Amino acid sequence: MNSFLSPLHSWTLLDSWIVVIGALSAMACALPGCFLLLRKQSLMGDAISHTSLLGVVAAFFVSHWLVEAKVISPATELSVRHVTMCVGAIVVGVMSAWLTESLQKLGNVESSAALGVVFTSLFALGLLLIRAFADNVHIDLDCVLYGEIVTAPLETVGNSGVPRAVIVNGVVLAINLLLTVLLFKELRLSAFDPALATTLGIPAQVMHYGLMGLTAMTLVAAFESVGSILVIAMLIIPPATAYLLTDRLPRMIVLSLLIAVLSAALGHVSALTLPLLISRSIGIADVRDASSAGMMAAAAGFLFVMAMLLGPKYGLVVRVWHRLLLKLRIAGEDVLGRLYRFEESAPADLSATSERVALLRKITSQSRVSRLATWMLIRRGWLIGSGSGVHLTDIGREAARTLVRSHRLWESFLAKHFVLGEGRFHESAEQVEHFLDPELLAELDHDLDRPGVDPHGRAIPN
Amino acid sequence: MSTSVVVDHEAMQEPPPRAAAAQSPPSLVPLLIEDVTVAYHRRPVLWNIDYQAPSGKLIAIVGPNGSGKTTLIKAILDLVPRAAGQVLIFGEPYRQQRHRVGYVPQRTSVDWDFPVSALDVVAMGMYRKIGWLRPVSRKFREAAKQALDRVGMVDFAGRQINQLSGGQQQRVFLARALAQNADLYFMDEPFAGVDASTERAIVDILRALRESGKTVIVVHHDLQTVHEYFDEVVLLNMRMIAAGPTADVFTPDNLRKTYGGKLALLDQLSEKMAQPRSR
Repeated sequence: MNSFLSPLHSWTLLDSWIVVIGALSAMACALPGCFLLLRKQSLMGDAISHTSLLGVVAAFFVSHWLVEAKVISPATELSVRHVTMCVGAIVVGVMSAWLTESLQKLGNVESSAALGVVFTSLFALGLLLIRAFADNVHIDLDCVLYGEIVTAPLETVGNSGVPRAVIVNGVVLAINLLLTVLLFKELRLSAFDPALATTLGIPAQVMHYGLMGLTAMTLVAAFESVGSILVIAMLIIPPATAYLLTDRLPRMIVLSLLIAVLSAALGHVSALTLPLLISRSIGIADVRDASSAGMMAAAAGFLFVMAMLLGPKYGLVVRVWHRLLLKLRIAGEDVLGRLYRFEESAPADLSATSERVALLRKITSQSRVSRLATWMLIRRGWLIGSGSGVHLTDIGREAARTLVRSHRLWESFLAKHFVLGEGRFHESAEQVEHFLDPELLAELDHDLDRPGVDPHGRAIPN
Repeated sequence: MSTSVVVDHEAMQEPPPRAAAAQSPPSLVPLLIEDVTVAYHRRPVLWNIDYQAPSGKLIAIVGPNGSGKTTLIKAILDLVPRAAGQVLIFGEPYRQQRHRVGYVPQRTSVDWDFPVSALDVVAMGMYRKIGWLRPVSRKFREAAKQALDRVGMVDFAGRQINQLSGGQQQRVFLARALAQNADLYFMDEPFAGVDASTERAIVDILRALRESGKTVIVVHHDLQTVHEYFDEVVLLNMRMIAAGPTADVFTPDNLRKTYGGKLALLDQLSEKMAQPRSR
């Protein structure tokens, strides 16, 4: 009972439902989110989440008015209320995308500015409508827009015991999955190259509005059960995380779904355990409660940071590692090059004068990196001996010769084509020598008409 | 008028009229532009363009920056609205002839960090043929591979597109156009920012397309190579300066008209139309 994991021992069906609802809504959001991200319109989701207020309120008033006018019965209105509100949100969602574009074109303003103007005004209009008329009618915004995931499992369908939120988000996920699979190539092309899509008869503009409508529908369905913070987070973070992990769109979509599920599970488990762990470790009274929705969003953020750090291709750790390897290679090649020049100026059979010892030491142990590089060259068999008694082996000398050749050819190339101060040749060649491959060397040699000596008059080895 | 007569004839014959129509096109003009004017924000950028492209030729559109070259192509392809005028592709509106038109946009017009491979991009050229709602089948992937092979890029098929050099990216775009297998191509600056070997490869492909009877219209920047690469040239600077066989049209005098300061008047007028009340 003392462990911070103890809340997990009392895991109930309710907890499972919370994770399922979180996972379903997160997956439903991740699908349109992937395409929004690739269109560089991630914040469109945020905007639509605001404007859908207007859609929901407008839908409410329209159906209310229809009931008043006795076109439909109150019972019908109640049974289709959620569908009407969804439709309202979709209409306003598409409208806000269209308004944003029109404003951008007609007003000649930048797209993010247009978006800002549209979504704040439509949101304000929604608020205004509520203020103006909501006193006469009962509109429960809490239930429509600002749901709470912890209470969502309590509202079940009939006596099946299945929470309504599971059904709603499950249906939305199924719709999104179906559309993503069926329209995969059309969605991909109109995100990548809308002009080509249009010329091929796939109207990119219509696809764009369709995506906006789909996003609005997904958002409204998810809002009701899990709340707005989580929805906006799930629309953006799992796709962004998946984007860091792969170079292929199908894989990115599958990964974003997995990350969505993982965030939901990890989030709820941490909501149960983390408060206790933290409150105990800092020695205050036990805190047992944290917002599950909030923790799910935080878990998604955590996974994103992990992907950023540990991603296989673009992760920070991998990049630092590659940079380190490059640094080591360059340091090793510098040691080789200097030893070669040293042999050039002082034949190897000369007895070890103190000057020679000092010079060699300087070459091989100038810095920690060059010491490490020297050690690696010895292990590789390119150098033998140690410290001041170090020599190039035959293979090592071969490699060193190529390097010095690169250096001097590049100096000659610069001298031929650029007007530079004498010192500058060497500086540039010190960098470039590590990156010239045989092909480029052959080209340089050809361009320079096989020169024998570099601009300083030193022989260019073959 | 003559087109509709031809269609009437074929409608009366037994075999499906579509098949018959597909056999007759050689007699038709690949591209006919009549009195096309385009405006952005009220400001006209192209004035009264008339042009008739000959069939099976390599045609360059040449003109200074901002002369409306890209806009002309986009107006032909219904990507920007025309303020006036009409365009006929093989005698019909573009809408009906989409399948016979290939388009290579400027390389910089797309996001090269997009998570797709070179092969994926090439396959995009065949999406129309594949049809709505269907995945890219093996047959089309093979065709995409062949198109990549024609531009010497088959070894890069699986590469993510941001790992390609500028020249390689342009070749992928070209392969995509080949995969479209169109009769009339529009290419927007395919030579921009490519290496010498890619330029040669592109020229070879263009010539091969001409050999097989295709018409290729290219927005081109390098005046040095116009004579060598193109049969026809269209000189454009907001209006049509001249158009015709390169030898006749690509003259110092016409170039001076295209690039010189003679258009100051038109430009000023444009400005005024954009701001009608600014006086």
